[in-house]
Amino acid sequence: MATINVAGKDIAVDEEGYLEDRNEWNEEIAAEMAKLDDCELTDSHWEVINFLREYYDEYQIAPAVRVLTKAIGKKLGKDKGNSKYLYELFPYGPAKQACKYAGLPKPTGCV
Amino acid sequence: MLHTINKSPYTKNSLDTCLRMAKEGSAILLIEDGVYAALTGSEITSTVETAMKKHTFYALSADLEARGIQDRVIDGIKVVDYAGFVDLAAENSGVQSWL
Amino acid sequence: MADEMDEMMEGGEIKKLMYMTRTAPYGTVYALEALEVVLIGAAFEQDVCMVFADDGLFQLKKGQNTEATGMKNFSPTYRALEMYDVEKLYVEKESMDARGMTEDDFIVDVEVKTSDELTSMMEDMDIVLNF
Repeated sequence: MATINVAGKDIAVDEEGYLEDRNEWNEEIAAEMAKLDDCELTDSHWEVINFLREYYDEYQIAPAVRVLTKAIGKKLGKDKGNSKYLYELFPYGPAKQACKYAGLPKPTGCV
Repeated sequence: MLHTINKSPYTKNSLDTCLRMAKEGSAILLIEDGVYAALTGSEITSTVETAMKKHTFYALSADLEARGIQDRVIDGIKVVDYAGFVDLAAENSGVQSWL
Repeated sequence: MADEMDEMMEGGEIKKLMYMTRTAPYGTVYALEALEVVLIGAAFEQDVCMVFADDGLFQLKKGQNTEATGMKNFSPTYRALEMYDVEKLYVEKESMDARGMTEDDFIVDVEVKTSDELTSMMEDMDIVLNF
């Protein structure tokens, strides 16, 4: 099984780098995953990551990108609920990449 | 004898067959989708209530809770946890699992 | 089903699609698989409705708690369907009555339809997928 090392501890991830056990998640793990992608997490990133974690808690699902964009727009405003903004933050795909950092599974409806 | 039923009474006839063959005084434990037979106010309720005159009925709490029906169980059905399941298996001379 | 999905994507015109789900949530994997297909299928932006008949309506029962069984409780996900533009959720009245359930038992707003009403709705569909 693949692992990533965070603060001296091996954390299990799947072949695409998604956390195996969502309960293991912490901010350090998110930051380390981002670092592996050459991405530095800013407040704007965290806003989306935290949004996704709340979304998962409520619906038990990682949203597809289209649904995420719409939901972000509703919660954080139109200037953030659009593909351009989200792709600038998460160039590998906002749902996929942000879900990974948030410790969620790969979004349903994301092929 | 302990009889366990793990299929919904609406999709399979396990409960009916069990009730036909079980000796009077048997323990009947509803598990997994079998717990839907424990629902009060359903079209199965009277079948179970009649059978309760001859048998003792139990239902597994974990499976009732998973399905959100723990508050809708017919009066007189005893709700047991996994430890209670083990006790029932140990107390009875044999276990017949109706699949 | 792959053929039906291909058919669905052809032409670009919007098709009427019904997902019929008739199984209880945890005893088998059908209910969860159906839900995932609906969520994935939502990306095709068709005119979708979902019918909960027979034990299928147990998927929507309020108050599910799977903690003691160690399974995932996926019932909250039905509340996300609206955001996937799957807004037409129907429960068959005959199935509901037989199980001693009422509209108040469900975690999402549903429309209760008699089997007669569903008959004509089904006739009106381009595709019906069964789970």
